[in-house]
Amino acid sequence: LSRQAVQRAREAFQSGRTRPLEFRLQQLHALQRMITEKETEIATALKQDINRVRYDTPLLELIGIENEIKLAIDRMAQWAAPRPVEKNVLTISDEVYIQPEPLGVVLIIGAWNYPWALTLLPLVGAIAAGNAAVVKPSELSEYSSLLLRALLSRYLDKELYPVVTGGVAETQDLLRLRFDHVFFTGGSTTGKLVMEAAAQHLTPVTLELGGKSPCYIDKDCEIRVACRRITWGKFVNCGQTCIAPDYILCEPSIQSQVVDCIRLTLLEFYGADPKCSPDYGRIINQRHFNRIMSLMEGYTPVVGGQSDSSQCYIAPTVLKDVPPHSRLMQEEIFGPVLPIVTVSDMDDAIRFVNEREKPLALYIFCNDKKAVKRMIEETTSGGVTVNDVMMHYTLSSLPFGGVGHSGMGRYHGKHTFDQLSHQRACLIRSLKMESVNLARYPPQDRRRARRDKLNKIRRLN
Amino acid sequence: MSREQLVVERTRKAFLTGSTKPLKFRIQQLQCLLRFITERRKDIADAVHKDLYKSEHGTELFETLGLEGDIQLAIEKVWEWAAPRPVEKTLLTISDEVYIRPEPLGVVLIIGAWNYPWAVTLKPLVGAIAAGNAAVIKPSEISSHSAKLMEDLLPLYLDKDLYPVVTGGVTETQELLKQRFDHIFYTGNCTVGKLVMQAAAQHLTPVSLELGGKSPCFIDKNCDLNVACRRITWGKFVNCGQTCIAPDYILCEASIQSRVVEEIRKCIKEFYTEDPKTFKDYGRIVNQRHFRRVVALMEGSTVALGGDRDESQCYIAPTVLKDVTGTSTVMTEEIFGPVLPIITVSGLDEAIGFINEREKPLVVYVFSHDKKLIRRVITETSSGALLANDCLVHATVSALPFGGVGNSGMGCYQGRHGFDRLSHLRSCLIKKLNMEAVNSMRYPPHTAKKMGWVRFFLFNQVSVCRLRRMALLTLVTVVAGTVWLKYFTSNCRNTLSDTGGRSV
Repeated sequence: LSRQAVQRAREAFQSGRTRPLEFRLQQLHALQRMITEKETEIATALKQDINRVRYDTPLLELIGIENEIKLAIDRMAQWAAPRPVEKNVLTISDEVYIQPEPLGVVLIIGAWNYPWALTLLPLVGAIAAGNAAVVKPSELSEYSSLLLRALLSRYLDKELYPVVTGGVAETQDLLRLRFDHVFFTGGSTTGKLVMEAAAQHLTPVTLELGGKSPCYIDKDCEIRVACRRITWGKFVNCGQTCIAPDYILCEPSIQSQVVDCIRLTLLEFYGADPKCSPDYGRIINQRHFNRIMSLMEGYTPVVGGQSDSSQCYIAPTVLKDVPPHSRLMQEEIFGPVLPIVTVSDMDDAIRFVNEREKPLALYIFCNDKKAVKRMIEETTSGGVTVNDVMMHYTLSSLPFGGVGHSGMGRYHGKHTFDQLSHQRACLIRSLKMESVNLARYPPQDRRRARRDKLNKIRRLN
Repeated sequence: MSREQLVVERTRKAFLTGSTKPLKFRIQQLQCLLRFITERRKDIADAVHKDLYKSEHGTELFETLGLEGDIQLAIEKVWEWAAPRPVEKTLLTISDEVYIRPEPLGVVLIIGAWNYPWAVTLKPLVGAIAAGNAAVIKPSEISSHSAKLMEDLLPLYLDKDLYPVVTGGVTETQELLKQRFDHIFYTGNCTVGKLVMQAAAQHLTPVSLELGGKSPCFIDKNCDLNVACRRITWGKFVNCGQTCIAPDYILCEASIQSRVVEEIRKCIKEFYTEDPKTFKDYGRIVNQRHFRRVVALMEGSTVALGGDRDESQCYIAPTVLKDVTGTSTVMTEEIFGPVLPIITVSGLDEAIGFINEREKPLVVYVFSHDKKLIRRVITETSSGALLANDCLVHATVSALPFGGVGNSGMGCYQGRHGFDRLSHLRSCLIKKLNMEAVNSMRYPPHTAKKMGWVRFFLFNQVSVCRLRRMALLTLVTVVAGTVWLKYFTSNCRNTLSDTGGRSV
């Protein structure tokens, strides 16, 4: 079934109907209509999938998608136009430019934590760049997958942008087929398998993976504000965000203050019992619930720690004095558990970050510009936000992506368009001015021979 | 521990000392590389002559000249390339610092090829050094003299811990590919390209693959055939056809086939004399295996000119095959030799169809005076690059990205593109801890009113550039309006005083 969908998408692409910008614009307008008209249905599906908080859906997913669509509609003509480049002396009278072109059929594999944003943001870029796209939403967010399949076929060109649902077996089937680009969001283990499968067809990949994003709090900053921002970023979507601050690094002297500030903020956000707050989410399924609970084994939380497996509920939890080599510090938490690891100073924090895999995001809370600069220069990560969390994600002018184990490639705004296009070098010369070329033709010493001949003639005269 | 493992570990240790971070260091290494090329020009030319029978001029023209240009460009521009790149802000981030910071990736593996052993191996190295990486260089064992020279001499000029040269064959390359790198840059063929990418996947290492394919060359019957064929002949037979961007085969209408053959014959004679075998500017096939491969490809096709060969010298004369079809043996793989098949088509439509039935090539060449025709080829085909009315020279324009698409490769390099390819472009957003009130609309408990504000701020993301433009326009309008008003009222006053009275 997936084979047929891919075949149809390829044939539809080869018909050339995605080439005209008007067609792409029309598809993007339709997608925009889909988001605005079906907001309630999408929110309902998310509630059933992941118990998504009512207001978090527009806040975290839909507004972002709408902005991307607007930007693409606004700028597409500019992005798709030939891009003239600097000429050199030899090409001064030629046309020299880069022409962005569609790649062909793109495979977009989404994730379950933000099932709409993580499938539709790449799709916007794929459509804008003139590709066909096969969308494979995550089976863990089942209701969203089925709704996506129903809606996309109603609003967009059915053949060009099919949705293929299913589990591991269906994804493996898809990955055996040939695409012109594979865009994957998910975990590193599956990322390796995706890249391996793509290698069989020499298909380029974009992998948006994860990791443990560290969050350093300097002892001399406004800890109350810092903790409020961190608390928001950590517990949104119940910690199931790839760029959530995974753990805190701070000096022992401020650890208790940090804990207190987080506790106060949690009260502010979710009340005395987060379980009853309409604004606090749940873990996606039992398997992940068990995974996160087992990470906490053996530790006594200073905040939270309560759970209810029947609801996949884990209270916002903070653990202090976490040893660097504990299980909690070995894998990405992806849940509402916030460990604090103490470090002696910023240098120690830098060393700690550098001993580990390159994370997707690095967060630094510090007022000292010089210190911030140093920390940025001495570490690496997909992106950095200083004095807040996650916000670099919201600027479409900043390329969003990982490095090392946190991923390869990037997207958002024009970057998606460029990532899913082929930048074709074009050089248009004329058949005149052949004399300029003479120096390059063999025999290499022809110029010398000609000069000798000329000299001979001159001497004779 | 294997030799390769040790080398990579040492290189990583050297990288982690941070010595490649300062731009001064990178520039100094690039200057050393430049010195290497200029001081050892003769040695390099000798090695290439032994490997590929290339003349000294040929080596200079096709290998070292371009390389020197690349190094000089990098030395000049690295400050610009490595500087933080500010990006467009939004209303919400108007008082923040927002920029992209290019950073080194770490340890890059560069696997070179044998056809241009110096250019193809060292050009990526220029980008790697400029971007602040360490690099393990693995030259091709097939161009063995060049590989040996690189192994012996490069450590005398460059930091030998940061940029080691590892020589060897298939086994050594496989051992290298088991190690973990931060980027692998491979130039070669598709089969090995797949293996490289597969090995890279185990470590989630990004790759750049500069592969090949059959680059088609369409000749419009109405163009200046004399000039077109001269340029094609040059592009095809340079390095004995062993160039990844050589025009692989010609597509033209049957009516001009004989003329094309004639023009090429004239050019071959002009370039390589009546006896290319004895002429120093005509090369050889790199080894017997490839010699036999190319000869076998000619089977079943009609030789229009050339065709003679000498296995003992790995010599194949510049050869043109005519009336070739899509299913001929010579069309089954990239020729990479001095054999030029001509396939006749009924016109541009058939030519485009022919090209699109096949894998995306590294280059599409089109020879025509008609701009509309050229435009059609661009829109209706895809390839790494497109060059109209000449061959090979797009590779000399450093502002153009050099790379393939589909089976011809992924990733591009040359000039700034090489720098960017081998960097991590890190997004940075520097905010302040004040203005917390602005953030309050995102915090729970959520209310419909708060959401309204969120929608207002996020939904109407106006770019600062546009704001500035609007503000400027408003200012200009106001000033213009004020000036006009003043002029108008002063004129009115003058007029009224002239007529000597006011209306009652």
